[in-house]
Amino acid sequence: MNGEKKLLQVDRVTVSFHVGGFIAGGRLLAVNNVSFSLDAERPEIFAVAGESGSGKTTLARVLLHDLEPTQGRVVFEGRNLSTIKRRRDAMEFMRKVQPVFQNPFETFSPLRRVEDYLFETAIQFGRARNRRAAAPIVDEALHQVGLSLEEVRQRYPHELSGGQIQRVAVARALIPQPHLILADEPVSMVDASLRMSIVNLFKKLRDEQKVSVVYITHDLATAYYISDRIAIMLRGVMVESGPVEKVLGNPLHPYTKLLQESVPKPVMTEREQWARPINLGAMEVKEYGRVGCKFAGRCPHVMEICKHAEPPALEVEGRTVKCYLYGEDAAQSNQSSLSSGKL
Amino acid sequence: MPLLQVENLRAYYRTQVYGISRSVRAVDDVSLELFENEIYGIAGESSCGKTTLIKVISGTVKPPLRIESGHVLYDFGALQVDMTKSDPEELRQTVRWKEISYVMQGSMSVLNPVRKIIRTFEDIVRTHQGIPNKKLFLEQTCDHVMRLGLPPDVLNLYPHQLSGGMRQRVAIALATIFQPSLIIADEPTTALDVVVQRGVLQMLREIQAESGNTVLLVTHDLAIHANVADRVGIMYAGRIVEEAPTPIIFTAPRHPYTQHLIRSLPMIGDKSAKESLSGAPPNLANPPSGCRFHPRCPLAFERCRTEAPAMVRLLPQHRVACHLVTEAAE
Repeated sequence: MNGEKKLLQVDRVTVSFHVGGFIAGGRLLAVNNVSFSLDAERPEIFAVAGESGSGKTTLARVLLHDLEPTQGRVVFEGRNLSTIKRRRDAMEFMRKVQPVFQNPFETFSPLRRVEDYLFETAIQFGRARNRRAAAPIVDEALHQVGLSLEEVRQRYPHELSGGQIQRVAVARALIPQPHLILADEPVSMVDASLRMSIVNLFKKLRDEQKVSVVYITHDLATAYYISDRIAIMLRGVMVESGPVEKVLGNPLHPYTKLLQESVPKPVMTEREQWARPINLGAMEVKEYGRVGCKFAGRCPHVMEICKHAEPPALEVEGRTVKCYLYGEDAAQSNQSSLSSGKL
Repeated sequence: MPLLQVENLRAYYRTQVYGISRSVRAVDDVSLELFENEIYGIAGESSCGKTTLIKVISGTVKPPLRIESGHVLYDFGALQVDMTKSDPEELRQTVRWKEISYVMQGSMSVLNPVRKIIRTFEDIVRTHQGIPNKKLFLEQTCDHVMRLGLPPDVLNLYPHQLSGGMRQRVAIALATIFQPSLIIADEPTTALDVVVQRGVLQMLREIQAESGNTVLLVTHDLAIHANVADRVGIMYAGRIVEEAPTPIIFTAPRHPYTQHLIRSLPMIGDKSAKESLSGAPPNLANPPSGCRFHPRCPLAFERCRTEAPAMVRLLPQHRVACHLVTEAAE
């Protein structure tokens, strides 16, 4: 886009699904005109956060080349994913982009030893010719996640703890020496006392292995902790994105504000604020099909225009936000009401 | 007299396969008291015995789970019940749902998918109280649902037509229909989004404040306890290791496990490095000797390996089971 080398470039991607006739319209935009890019030179952790049904996982499938976008394109290291047709190209892409999924007990077959997955990955992506040659590679990957081949040898998934097996899943993703790891809710099944060890792992990968990570999550607290930039999704639309300190530290979009405020904080000082009543009754609306801003139905600052036209992406205070409150005309008239009336 | 008094409760899962007997000590020497008009939170990781404790407290013990020793005493004013000795049929008549009700994680399993919500209400009321007058029942149910801020139309819908948050609120409405003395909520919002979670918990808290009953809130999410509970008990490997009013748990915890848990919680606005404990929660079929936390405890010393620490009371409401704390107090 601007001369700089990009690792990943997501350009106005839209994915629409056909749904059976019982929801109005029958077409559902699971991902709606989403754009972002990751730099090739500067590895970073990019968080995609949103509630269930916000299109996070659909976006993940597009990035993994598991799903063709209806519109727009995804370019990885200069190559448009839709041009990947041959098996060799697909393997090359898979080598560079590796996934880590939510539930490690589902990722690994209970009837197979976990080490088999590691050896298989090493051989399949051409890092070793046979198991003997693969052993040091597998061991090294396991060491990076704080385990060793000794510990997992001959073990079946149920013999490892949730934290351990998720670390094995990350180790497996590291074996092909990927340039990008796509982690879809990697810690939501892991216990609190072990969660941070997985989260820290991604940090370490970024800093030491120079691997970029797309971290897809509903957990804003861990997203704040590890990521450099974050994008908040609502019903397929990226409503606010930018540096995590800005987006979550001082959210501008009314939805981001509501979301950020609703995350319970493990401190005693915010009890009052969290207990301020919110209205759920009006929330049970079908927001996917809504024209204009998807949040208009429950936004406290809703204006007439919000209901008719989708807000443009605006650059405000170092982040991108899709909200009419920050448009040039609206800026003056609404700034006062926004600062006085908190959500 | 507290509403519920659990004394030295031990409940084990005992299995016998091919002559080899195994026991999983899911609840091992737990004592706690619940009082009227409070929200008591139980926190702990998976397989720490939270759900087993609830099974015993709610009187739904089924083999292979067995109560080995201890008492679970309820005082409902007019009625005293020991859950460890009661007859299930009698419990159903007098206690269940009327005095103790239950909200669980996936409310889909409370609501019958092929019957309208109102039918589920009818089933419950008929089972526990009987419906002599159908019209009155409909009116009362409608009132009850509206008082909780739900649209009465939900009564004529099927469970799949409701969103997850709405279903969970319907489950709370079901649980409160007889105004029970104790509502047990087991991970009531775990599968929900944060905004919906906030709404559901706010509703639970409102109901509690209004009726002055007791809520036993079980969740692994400490941040929820910080915002909802009055007192919190931290469980580890089948035992309560620390119990205190919520402000003390979050500002001055004494057990190394609690201290670590609180310290490692990520929070928006905090980028400082957080560490996980090494190791994993123990297998309760073969728990470590002495203090069950000692293999993972950074402060463990000799005594921890051999002797299980007793619960000591630091303040009238603050109890801790840790040798370090005991020795410092002596």
